Amino acid sequence: MSADGQGRSHWFDDEAGPVVRPYAMTRGRTTSAAQHRLDLIAVVVTEPHAGDPEADSTLSPEHVEIVGLCRQTPQSVAELSAELDLPVGVVRVLVGDLVDGEFVHVNRPVPPAEMVDESILRDVIDGLRAL
Amino acid sequence: MIFGRSERGKPPVEPVTLKILVAGGFGVGKTTLVGAVSEIRPLRTEELLTEAGRPVDDTSGVEGKRTTTVAMDFGRITLREDLVLYLFGTPGQERFWFMWDELSEGALGAVVLADTRRLQDCFAAVDYFERRGIPFVVGVNCFEGAARYPAETVRQALDLDPGVPLLLTDARDRESVKEVLIGVVQHAMAFQAERREAVTT
Repeated sequence: MSADGQGRSHWFDDEAGPVVRPYAMTRGRTTSAAQHRLDLIAVVVTEPHAGDPEADSTLSPEHVEIVGLCRQTPQSVAELSAELDLPVGVVRVLVGDLVDGEFVHVNRPVPPAEMVDESILRDVIDGLRAL
Repeated sequence: MIFGRSERGKPPVEPVTLKILVAGGFGVGKTTLVGAVSEIRPLRTEELLTEAGRPVDDTSGVEGKRTTTVAMDFGRITLREDLVLYLFGTPGQERFWFMWDELSEGALGAVVLADTRRLQDCFAAVDYFERRGIPFVVGVNCFEGAARYPAETVRQALDLDPGVPLLLTDARDRESVKEVLIGVVQHAMAFQAERREAVTT
């Protein structure tokens, strides 16, 4: 501890990023019931007939924002994290809540144990060539 | 996890998403490479260390815990309305290597970006992908002013398996990076075909 009472001897450094307390937003939860861990590229899609999330008093402004963002353009968990400037772990919990509330659904990418369809790989190559 | 949806209305297109990892030592040009082909300026996402390290780090007492974050830069390429490729730069610091397991889950393949002036910086990445059976190519970033070595010399120095493609590239150049990414996908295809054969025989 230094003289001003602010301990500076943390094991992390600036490069590791700031100290954050984002789990206040998830009311302390680090997992949600709906969770089988969402992949970074899992795509969140707002249900076309989802009700108005703002009318639901159990939802936070961040929940409402996710529903809004994914209504027009489905977004990956990574994109939501960057857009909302929230850690991925927090976004996962929030999306889990929204899945439970049937505001959104999540399209998961190809499961790790399975192989990507060869025709998709061909499409990727063609798509890259055409860029 | 797709709930039954009504067919009425016009739902937004729900794309198939794929990811390729970009690994290599600190300062080798990973984010530059991502930026050269990404349609968006590389975005940054963060994972909390206490959360990410869940298997070894009990999060039940998260309220009293100091947390720190590990940053990952990523880019996006929309190949078709319904097909999107993400590129993830792996965290450079070695103490964040546990993140790689999550990142590499379901990844199509990887690029290991190498700088011939500091070739040793990418040994760990080569080793990682070899051990986990993730298809990868080595991209030798040809910095201006860096001595160029014959591909075979670099290959020997890295002790690469003969099947691993090694490509010379310029991480700033879109066309060059496109070729590297195509190389990854082609290699992934060959890799899958091999595995299929191994399973059926």
